[in-house]
Amino acid sequence: MNGESSLWLRVGAPVLVGAAFLALWQLAVRLSGVPVYILPAPSDIATSLWVDGPSLLGSLLVTLRITLAALAAAAVFGGLIALVFSLSRIIEISFFPYAVILQVTPIVAIAPLIIIWIHVAFLALLTCAWIVAFFPIVSNTTVGLNSADRNLLALFRLYGASPAQILWFLRIPTALPYFLAGLRISGGLALIGAVVAEFVAGTGGSETGLAYRILEAGYRLAIPRLFAALFLLSATGIVIYLLLDFVSRRLLRHWHESAAAREEE
Amino acid sequence: MNAGVDPAPILELSAVSKRFGSGIEALAAIDLSVARGEFLSLVGPSGCGKSTLLRIIAGLAPPSAGNRRLTVDHAPGRIGFVFQDPTLMPWSTVTQNILLPFRIAGQRGAEPRERALAALRAVGLAGFENAYPHQLSGGMRMRVSIARALVTDPDLLLLDEPFAALDEFTRLQLNDDLLRLWTERRPTIVFVTHSVFESVYLSTRIAVMTARPGRIAADITVNLPQPRARETRMSPSYGAICERISALLADAIRT
Repeated sequence: MNGESSLWLRVGAPVLVGAAFLALWQLAVRLSGVPVYILPAPSDIATSLWVDGPSLLGSLLVTLRITLAALAAAAVFGGLIALVFSLSRIIEISFFPYAVILQVTPIVAIAPLIIIWIHVAFLALLTCAWIVAFFPIVSNTTVGLNSADRNLLALFRLYGASPAQILWFLRIPTALPYFLAGLRISGGLALIGAVVAEFVAGTGGSETGLAYRILEAGYRLAIPRLFAALFLLSATGIVIYLLLDFVSRRLLRHWHESAAAREEE
Repeated sequence: MNAGVDPAPILELSAVSKRFGSGIEALAAIDLSVARGEFLSLVGPSGCGKSTLLRIIAGLAPPSAGNRRLTVDHAPGRIGFVFQDPTLMPWSTVTQNILLPFRIAGQRGAEPRERALAALRAVGLAGFENAYPHQLSGGMRMRVSIARALVTDPDLLLLDEPFAALDEFTRLQLNDDLLRLWTERRPTIVFVTHSVFESVYLSTRIAVMTARPGRIAADITVNLPQPRARETRMSPSYGAICERISALLADAIRT
């Protein structure tokens, strides 16, 4: 299969499936006469998206700010934690289980506590989203920092490299693809974390995020608006993923299999 | 000894042995003396500890017992090492890879760059300065690896089965290139291989090792005329030495 036809297939096929699904949905709702507060037709959702769009976008911006701040914090602190882990085996052994505990504890269960402890709503939500998002970066980057080629390590030692040089010239570049893979996972998780935290926090202040709009629309049986908000959330998640994927490919295009393999097909 | 070889040893191993933590005895009482300018090949069955011995010579692994004496400067870069894999940094260009020893030593600027480009020309890769390793063939990557080992003009060049993973044609070509570089620059070379033909063609001396634990079973001087060329492979004396080494190797495996 040549490059061009495979691109058409990769974009065209999912779009076709989506369009068929929407048409079927529209048809089923209209023919069966399901009330709009149970299942709105795609056209109802589109109308709501148009009418409520500006106010929903405002809420999306609130959620997006928390998501991006949490993702940035996850990247910075996740990377730093991994760096510390890779420098000291004892610290890694001592602290890694607690990172796991933080990761496996459902965020819904600890979010109320965090919201009680941290009075600034933005910071509280940020912390929740960060807890959900940081782990893939820490665990991936730690593996990456410890994956340096053994022979290259021997060569660095032969040429008298200092530990700092080995870290900077060898371990960190080796870890970059691992870090970026973690970042792509964390992008989606940061959004989920932000939404979950907003669900728990309610309004929490004057600004309301998209999650609260979903709750509110549910209470008011404004189901088309609920779907519209949901659509915006999914679209945001997809855009975040695509952006991170793009950045990752740009950074790795010269050397890593994950980014270089395609051009040989 | 060959003419042009300085009899003062650059490397002396006395009663060097190696036992791994797992209890496996890799090397038993190796005595070996290498003179400056020699091209010594270590041949032996796989798993006989040839690579371990080379790492001990490089100072990358300590011997369990015995002494290693090296009369080269302790400054980094006096020893070059070529692994079986090209062992390049995939995120760096060919030039950056070759500049690694200088970069580690904190030397920047035009002079290291000149030397890197000269090393690149010496291995026949002029024009590939800015290529990334994944854009090169296996043979070309190995040339980059050799250029990196040569760029500091080392006194001692250690090669650990560098051509084992290459196809026959590339291998023969790299053999000739290595010979030419050795003739031009005259570093002392210790070359690990499991190919008898390769070792006879390249070396001034061959040490045949036994199966694990590795010992030196025979130490043969190769008196083929220098410089060697493709015709060398056709000469009767080349065939005779190959036969002799093969027989010694067969004995070494049996014991």
